[in-house]
Amino acid sequence: MKDFLSAAFFDLSPAEWTAIRLSLKIATVATLASLPFGIVTAYALARCQFPGKTLVNGVVHLPLVLPPVVTGFVLLMLLGRKGVFGPYLAELGIVFSFRWTGAAVACAVMGFPLMVRAMRLSFEAIDRRLELASATLGANRIWTFLLVNLPLAVPGIIVGAILAFAKALGEFGATITFVSNIPGETQTISAAIYSYTQVPGGDESAMRLTIIAVFIALSALVASEIIQWRAQKRLGRAE
Amino acid sequence: MIEVDVRLKVGSFSLDVAFANGAGVTALFGQSGSGKSLTLGIIAGLSKPDEGYVRLDGEALVDVASNIFVPASRRRVGLVFQDANLFPHLSVKQNLLYGRWFAPRGERRVDFDAVVETLGIGELISRSPTGLSGGERQRVAIGRALLSCPRLLLLDEPLAALDMQRKLEILPLIERVRDEFDVPIVYVTHAVEEVARLASSVVVMDGGRVKFVGEPTDAFNRLANSPSMNRFDRSSVLTASVDDASATYGLMKLRHPSGTIWINGSAGQAGSLARVIVKATDVVLSLVPPQEISARSVLWGRVANIQFEGPIATVEIELKDDGPLLATITRGALEDLSLKKGSHVYALFKTAALDERSIGVVNA
Repeated sequence: MKDFLSAAFFDLSPAEWTAIRLSLKIATVATLASLPFGIVTAYALARCQFPGKTLVNGVVHLPLVLPPVVTGFVLLMLLGRKGVFGPYLAELGIVFSFRWTGAAVACAVMGFPLMVRAMRLSFEAIDRRLELASATLGANRIWTFLLVNLPLAVPGIIVGAILAFAKALGEFGATITFVSNIPGETQTISAAIYSYTQVPGGDESAMRLTIIAVFIALSALVASEIIQWRAQKRLGRAE
Repeated sequence: MIEVDVRLKVGSFSLDVAFANGAGVTALFGQSGSGKSLTLGIIAGLSKPDEGYVRLDGEALVDVASNIFVPASRRRVGLVFQDANLFPHLSVKQNLLYGRWFAPRGERRVDFDAVVETLGIGELISRSPTGLSGGERQRVAIGRALLSCPRLLLLDEPLAALDMQRKLEILPLIERVRDEFDVPIVYVTHAVEEVARLASSVVVMDGGRVKFVGEPTDAFNRLANSPSMNRFDRSSVLTASVDDASATYGLMKLRHPSGTIWINGSAGQAGSLARVIVKATDVVLSLVPPQEISARSVLWGRVANIQFEGPIATVEIELKDDGPLLATITRGALEDLSLKKGSHVYALFKTAALDERSIGVVNA
């Protein structure tokens, strides 16, 4: 660990590269795939009255308060090979267990409450009278959503997406419980760091991946700040 | 033709309103809390009444008995809010065209250029609404509602949030909209001047009930002594004909059967009729023909009635061929002049106290 600032230190082994690529792939897919659901859920919670709203709100937030291992185990019971829905999905050719897609599902579920919270705040902050104005101008609910709510919520949507992405990069408990820790398939940066710390001489690899994890997380945060600042400026709210 | 007959309870407030009107401007007039805006919301489809109906040109927009409720987006009723509510993420042009896009293709009869020209917003087109002044925002909001090609235009105190200068700037624009775009307007306000200047019919509301429906002149003359009017709102509406259109210094002389009224500004061609609103607190009474005094509008009449309200007396002066003129004076003055029913008096008011909002052209 003595010379970790030298260039040679960052000669990553193929296994480390694989973990990084996999992490980015899983986090990106998890974020993008949950984005539409997150937006619709956040809007519904912010603006719609429907029976069972409290229940939906509770279920969405459950992964935030449950131990991640429990969430992973629930996913295993629902979507695993012998789970409730697993066999039916397998017939359709969709298999999550021990696949990177399963890791993406675990990450999406874990990041979902963070995503929805940020977006919901953003939807709630929109002046209702703008929606009324839109209605009197002839736009129905769907058009008003697309032309008024959605563009005005963009800053919050970006924050929600970045939070979910960051959460996906760091997810460990649910992923390892649901899809295990298979190098090249489900071994993300977090899982790889854990593995390296369990074997003699793995400290250096763990350190390299740690620094890279910090770098990726910081980049995501900076990117979100820049995108948000631009969106605010476009709406004329920047300081 | 708009027909409204609705009842709605919101908390402890109960609304019970019925009126009907055709073309031109119908003013919903009353103090805040009288239910004007709620009524407007029901017409626009933002609130549902408990009972009753709203019909536009015979078609039900809402009819509780027949279980009809047309959603706001399909009513084609334009609404201009007190504080504009422009979409901050769209440009002025996109705001203006927003409603037009949703109007059925065959019904886009309102011309974009004509609206932009009438409202004088050509230079704002490419700007963002966030940088506009209050008056500019309100003009864009009126244009936006107008361009949605509504069958009825609702204005909810469109001038209330603006300063006097802006009010005077926008009032004539609303007048032009009324005259040029051929769309009936329902106009909510608590300003007497705006009613007298714009409206052909007024619905006076108080505590959720309709107190009076009719012409503005009748409405104010009848309501002038009602306790629901505070003394600063108490006004008389006079009708006079333009004597001489060649105005010196921008002053114009009007001939009234009982005397002469001078106004600043224009009220149309010689011979045309103008409506002038005089606040009761602006009127001075004199027993002798006034001489060597700066107030130049003088009307002669007979005291028809006197009402007391603490130290204040409101004197109703009967004029020839016109509604009464109200003057609010102190009881001390009343006693010194020994005014009583039947006394002849000269009523004076300052031309400078009449702002442009108080002068309306009746038949241009």
